Amino acid sequence: MVRIDGRGDGSSLIRARGLGKTYQRGGEEIHVLQGLNLDVDAGDFVAFMGPSGSGKTTLLNLLGGLDVPSAGSVTVGGDEITRMSTRKLTAWRARHVGFVFQMYNLIPVLTAFQNVELPLLLTRLSKTDRRRHVETALTVVGLGDRMHHYPRQLSGGQEQRVGIARAIVADPTFLLCDEPTGDLDRKSADEVLELVDRLVRDHGKTVLMVTHDPLAAARARVVLHLEKGVLVDT
Amino acid sequence: MAIPLVYNVRSLRARWSSTVVAVLGIAGTVGVFVAMLSLARGFEATLVASGSARNAIVRRAGATSEMDSSVMLEQVRVIEDAPGVERGAAGPLVSPEVVVIASFPLKGRDTEGNAQVRGVSPKALAVRPTVKIVAGRVFQPGLTELLVGRNVAASYVGLELGKTVRFGGGTWTVVGVFDSGGTAYDSELWCDFSVLRQVYQRPQNMFQSATARLTSPDALTTFKDALTADPRVTVQIDREIDYYAKQSRQLTTLITVLGTIVAVVMGIGAVFGALNTMYSAVAERSREIATLRALGFGSGSIVASFVVEALCIAFVGGLLGCLAVLPLNGLTTGTINWQTFSHLAFAFQVTPVLLTWGLVFALLMGLVGGVPPAIRASRARIAVALREL
Repeated sequence: MVRIDGRGDGSSLIRARGLGKTYQRGGEEIHVLQGLNLDVDAGDFVAFMGPSGSGKTTLLNLLGGLDVPSAGSVTVGGDEITRMSTRKLTAWRARHVGFVFQMYNLIPVLTAFQNVELPLLLTRLSKTDRRRHVETALTVVGLGDRMHHYPRQLSGGQEQRVGIARAIVADPTFLLCDEPTGDLDRKSADEVLELVDRLVRDHGKTVLMVTHDPLAAARARVVLHLEKGVLVDT
Repeated sequence: MAIPLVYNVRSLRARWSSTVVAVLGIAGTVGVFVAMLSLARGFEATLVASGSARNAIVRRAGATSEMDSSVMLEQVRVIEDAPGVERGAAGPLVSPEVVVIASFPLKGRDTEGNAQVRGVSPKALAVRPTVKIVAGRVFQPGLTELLVGRNVAASYVGLELGKTVRFGGGTWTVVGVFDSGGTAYDSELWCDFSVLRQVYQRPQNMFQSATARLTSPDALTTFKDALTADPRVTVQIDREIDYYAKQSRQLTTLITVLGTIVAVVMGIGAVFGALNTMYSAVAERSREIATLRALGFGSGSIVASFVVEALCIAFVGGLLGCLAVLPLNGLTTGTINWQTFSHLAFAFQVTPVLLTWGLVFALLMGLVGGVPPAIRASRARIAVALREL
């Protein structure tokens, strides 16, 4: 269940209340988000759409603890992340959030295996367990045979699938996907979307996705539009 | 857990051109630093090795070196009778000596160099057992014959075995070459003290120093106490090893200070090189850094990672610098000993301690060059950096 009216009953996984973000640019205040409310339950697949500059990525950054709001609060699983210290927030991100970026953001000098292993280096898993998890994640995304390839040796679609494997390998509470198909051709985009869809459907993952692509948005259970800093249901 | 080291190593390899510039900057600095220190070390070691812990050198009280010292014949007799002096078949092992400076043409150069000529007693070789004749024979007392150190034979024209040479108004024949194991004596010419005094018209009852062989290193205190308490002599007594250490101090300090100044100036340049490399690395990889932070790596991990990267550059640079100066080890060079105004040949000594200092210096440069960019990397705003191309 997804609500944007601020009347969720408190059982939702992600809850934003009165969320605002203001930037200063050349002495001028730009209100990107204004009093935004959002409730997302575990297992939901939500797509955020809207014109460029409408604040989609800003919203994702606030929900993922990558940025701090100018007003309001974000609570995930009962933890109000907007009150956390930088150090605590960093540890929280490692445990609860899986990020999928438009430009994949793989480390070019590391292999697919090593890229996917990165989040696990922050856990207490043994080397053997890490290997097992990485192999499983890469197999889930269909790249079990490309583990020791460098990003430059992979296609865009494959790189994004490595990015998804990295996002899911530590079994985070939810996934934040920022234009995951924005840099892909249609065929690769469909493969990636199918994969995201499968993560929600078969593995019960909670996914929040920003996209410009109506076909991508169509995969989501709920599509929300950002207009003038507030969410609008469609 | 920290960001894996392989990330840094491969990143350095990926940006090899700027890495090489930083590595070479540090290598050059470390090379100069270690070379200068090994020069100072070599000079010091050559002089210090000239002395023996069992020998005591006796000079006029207040004399700074043998050059401005005088010891009279009757004082030599008192020294010979002092307790603690080793006695051999020829009596007490005391060598009263006279030193003068003579100039000879240097090989391969259009200039002359000052060499120290030491007039010694026939007991000189017994007093200094490390000095060995390696060619020819010992001079005969009463004749203008020379025994030259191996560096003298190698450095000056006309001082090879069998050659004759004119100096001080006399004509001298080189009858032997000795090796003192790379000490200052190897840069000296030895002859009979009485002949040298005659040629240089010095008083026949005056010497400049007397070197005594003691029964043991511990005998110095007894020997020294006896002579300083004796009203017939006004002398200063030093353990020979300490005397030469003091002689080396001035030039060693100068070389060390100059070397350090040069190294520090070069080091500042190298640090800027490292800073430049690391700042550009941080700028080029801002999105990678932001990604790592988004994944949950804390600021401390980022700082540690970039400092380690800078230290890798510094370590490789330091290692290269050390390797570059290794061939200098044992290479003979020469300088003027400011205490005796004579040419002293000595060898660079690249010791493990100096190499360690070189590596420590390199790592220090890496640290100074790595920390500010690392801190900048850790402080960038993640949300902004993630959008950078």
